[in-house]
Amino acid sequence: MEAIEILFTASLWAAAIRIASPLIFGTLGELICERAGVLNLGIEGIMTAGAFAGWLTVFLGGDLWLGVAVAAIVGALFGLLHGFLVVPLGLSQHVTGIGITLLATSLSYYFYRLIFPSVTSPPKIEPFQPWSIPFVSDIPVIGEALFRQTPLTYLAFAAVLFVAWLLNKTPIGLAIRTVGENPSAAEAQGVDVTLVRMGAVMLGSALMGIGGSFITLSAFNSFFFEMMNGRGWICVALVVFGSWRPGKALAGALLFGAFDAYQLRLQQLAGAYVPYQVFLMLPFILSIIALIIMSRRAAYPRALMVPYRKGER
Amino acid sequence: MSRTTAGERETVLRLSGITKRFGALLANDGISLSLRRGEILGLLGENGAGKTTLMNILFGHYVADAGKIEVEGKVLPPGLPAAALAAGIGMVHQHFTLAENLTVLDNIVLGTESLWWFSSNSQKARARIQQLAREFGLEVNPDAIVASLSVGERQRVEILKALYREARILVLDEPTAVLTPQESTALFETLKRFVAKGLSIIFISHKLGEILAACSRVSVLRGGSLVAERGVEGVTRSELAELMIGRSIPQAKAGVQKAGDVVLGLHGIHARHNSQLLDGITLDIRAGEILGIAGVSGNGQSLLADVVSGVALPIAGTLALKGAIISRISPRLMVNLGVARIPEDRHAEGLISDMSITENVISESYRSAEFAQQGFINWKKARGFALKIISAYEVKCPSPEARVRLLSGGNMQKLILGRVMANDPCLVLANQPTRGLDVGAVNYVHEQLLAARKRGAAILLISEDLDELYSLSDRVAVMFRGQLSNAAPRESASIKDLGLMMAGHGFKTEGQSHAA
Ligand SMILES: Nc1ncnc2c1ncn2[C@@H]1O[C@H](COP(=O)(O)OP(=O)(O)OP(=O)(O)O)[C@@H](O)[C@H]1O
Ligand SMILES: [Mg+2]
Repeated sequence: MEAIEILFTASLWAAAIRIASPLIFGTLGELICERAGVLNLGIEGIMTAGAFAGWLTVFLGGDLWLGVAVAAIVGALFGLLHGFLVVPLGLSQHVTGIGITLLATSLSYYFYRLIFPSVTSPPKIEPFQPWSIPFVSDIPVIGEALFRQTPLTYLAFAAVLFVAWLLNKTPIGLAIRTVGENPSAAEAQGVDVTLVRMGAVMLGSALMGIGGSFITLSAFNSFFFEMMNGRGWICVALVVFGSWRPGKALAGALLFGAFDAYQLRLQQLAGAYVPYQVFLMLPFILSIIALIIMSRRAAYPRALMVPYRKGER
Repeated sequence: MSRTTAGERETVLRLSGITKRFGALLANDGISLSLRRGEILGLLGENGAGKTTLMNILFGHYVADAGKIEVEGKVLPPGLPAAALAAGIGMVHQHFTLAENLTVLDNIVLGTESLWWFSSNSQKARARIQQLAREFGLEVNPDAIVASLSVGERQRVEILKALYREARILVLDEPTAVLTPQESTALFETLKRFVAKGLSIIFISHKLGEILAACSRVSVLRGGSLVAERGVEGVTRSELAELMIGRSIPQAKAGVQKAGDVVLGLHGIHARHNSQLLDGITLDIRAGEILGIAGVSGNGQSLLADVVSGVALPIAGTLALKGAIISRISPRLMVNLGVARIPEDRHAEGLISDMSITENVISESYRSAEFAQQGFINWKKARGFALKIISAYEVKCPSPEARVRLLSGGNMQKLILGRVMANDPCLVLANQPTRGLDVGAVNYVHEQLLAARKRGAAILLISEDLDELYSLSDRVAVMFRGQLSNAAPRESASIKDLGLMMAGHGFKTEGQSHAA
C-alpha cells in the first residue's frame, strides 16, 4: 500500500522532474543532431565535459550562469570536432562518436587531476537554489513538484518549446529537417548541406553541454569521476522513444525520471527484502519496454548516418 | 519578348566547351550548347551519353573540369546550386529530389527564405503555390506529405519548386520516364504554356517521339560528345535514332516457331500483397513461346511476377514447373529450377548498387559448385564470369570491381540479362524489361529475349508497352484488377481490343470479384 501512496507525494514528482532535467537537455541536443542526419554518440563525453567545465568555471570564481555558458561553449566545440570528422570527412558516425565520448571524458578527468592533484573529498561550489514561483508553487502536489525547481529546470522546459519552434516554424529548422531526410533535396534548393549539418551538430552539442552542467551546478555541488553514469546513452534511447519529436522526448525524459525517483523510494521501503540492484535496474527495464512499444512505428530521419558527398551518385 | 535579329531570338544560356571526367571515363567531351528565349530544346542521347552529367554541371552539383557557363551574358560560378537558382535556373532531376516525410509546402519553400530570418510566412507561400498551380494546371495539395503522392504529383511538385522561384530556364531530365502516356501529354501542354510566357526549356529524353512532339530544336549527345544539332522540322525518327546510337537499328521481330511442352502452369492462383491482388490466375506457357501480359501497371502484374519467382506466396492455387507441382515455393528453389528473373525495379530488386559487378553477377549462383569451394568463394572464377558477361553483353564499365551504382540504366539491365541468361534458364520472367532504356538498349533486350525463345525457353513478358508486346509475343493476355484474360494468339488480338480490355471490358466487375 505504501508503494502506491508514494505516487501521490509531491516529493516523488519533484524528484522525477529534477532527474529528468539533464536528460531533457541531452535528449533535445541529440534530437537536433539526428534530425540533421548525424548520430552523435559523443553525447556521454560531451555531457561529462560540460559538467566539468561548468563546475570549474564556478569553482574558479565565475557566476553560475557563466558556468552554464562555458559548458555550452565546450559542448559546441566538441560538436565542431565531431561534425568536422563525420560531415565533411564522412567518417563512420558510430566510431567517431564513441571516440569523442572517450576523448571528452578522459580530457575532463585529466584536467581535474591536473588542477586538483591530491584532494581527498571533492571540492564544492554553491549550486543553483530552487526558485519558488509565487502563487502557482502553492498548488498542492503539482505546484510543489513543478514550481519549486532550480532555474536550469525551467530552462530545460523552455528549451523544449524553443527546439520545437525552431524545428517546425523557422526556415533554419526546415533546412535541418531536410538535410536529415534527403540531403540531395536540400542541395537542389541551394542549401549548403555541410553548413547546416555542422551548425545543427554544434547547437545540439551545446545543449548536451548544458545538460551536463545541470549535474554539477544544480543536482550536486561538486565534480567526481563516473558521475555522468550513462545519462548520455539514455538520451540516445529517449530520442528514439520520442520518435524524434521534442514534445514526446520530453514525455520520455519525465517518464524515466519518474521511474528512477520511484525506485529510489521503493528501495528505502523494501530494501530489506529485495537486493537494491533490482531497483536500480527497474527504470532501465521499464524504459526498454516503453521503447519497444513506442518506437515500433517511429519514422526515423531517412538520411540518418548517411554521409553526404557532393558530386557523387 | 525581345529579339536581336529578325526571327532569331536572343540566347539566354550558353554552355561552352564543357568537359567532365570520372576517373578514366570521359562523361562530357567539350560540349557547347545554347538555349534561346522561349524555345524547348531537346537533349537526346542514349543511356550513359552524359545528359544528366551535363545538366548537373549546369546546376552546380558537379564542377566541370573545363568549360564555361553563361546565363544571360553573365558567367555562372561553378559548383554552386544556390548561384544557379539565383540566376533563374530551375531543374527537375531525373531522380526526384524531394524530402518524402515533409509536406509539399516545406519542399517548395525550402531555401527560398533566409536561414537567419526567424519566421516563415507559410500562409503567403501556400496562397502563391495554389495560385501557380491553378495558373498552370499543376494541382497538388500543398499540405500533403510527399510520401503520399503519386509519381505524377511528385513531378508537379518539382516543377512548382522551379516556378515558385520564378525560374526563367527550366531543365527537365527525362520527365516522362515515370509518367503514363496521358500524364506525358498533359506535361507537354504545360510546357507549351511555359514557353508562351517566355520561359526557356531544356527537355531531356531518349524517346524520339517525345522529342519530335515537344521540342523545336534538338541536340544529340553520343558517348559524351555533341554529335548533331537539328531543327525538328524535316527530321525523321530513324535519322534521329541513327544519330543517337551511331548506327541504324533493325527492329527485332519474332519469327515463326513451334511451341514445345508446357513449362509453367499456373492454376487458380490467389494472392494478396499490400494493395495488389491476384484473383484466380490460370495460364500456361510452353517451351519456345513468349506470353505477353498487357495491362495498366498496378493491376497485379508485379504480384504475378513475384509469385512465379517465389518472392510472394499464393493463398490458393497451384504452380507447376515442367509438369511437377511445386509445393514449397521459395526464391532460391525457383532460381535452382531454372527460373530467370528480370525484375521490374532493377535498383531495388535486381542489383545491389553498392556492391561490385562481380559480386552482383554471382549473387544468384554463389552457392553453386562453380563458384563455391569448401565454403569459400572462388573470386578468380567469379571475376572471370563477370568479365565474360561484360564482353558478351557489351556492358560499359571501368572494371568488374566497379560499384554497380556507377552504371547507367541500360548497362545495369545488360548485366542482369547476362546474369540470368548464363544458366540457360527454362523460364524467363521479364517484368518491364525495357523501362527507362534507350532504343539501342531496348533492341538489345528484345534480341536477347528472342534468342532465349529460340533456345527453347518459355518467356513471361510483362509490359505496359503494347508495341513491345506485339513485336515479341506469341500470345497476349490482359491483366485487370488481379484477373487475367484468356491468352489470344497475336494475330487475332487487335490493339483496339487490348486497349478496351486494359480499361476493364470483358472482366468481372469489382463487386463480383470481392464477393468471390
Ligand atoms: N558521380 C559519378 N561518378 C562516376 N561516374 C559517373 C558519375 N555520374 C555519372 N557517371 C558516369 O558518366 C556517364 C554518363 O552518365 P549520365 O548519368 O550523365 O548519363 P545519361 O545520359 O543521363 O544516361 P541515362 O539516360 O541513363 O540517364 C555514365 O557512364 C555514368 O556511369
Ligand atoms: Mg540521366
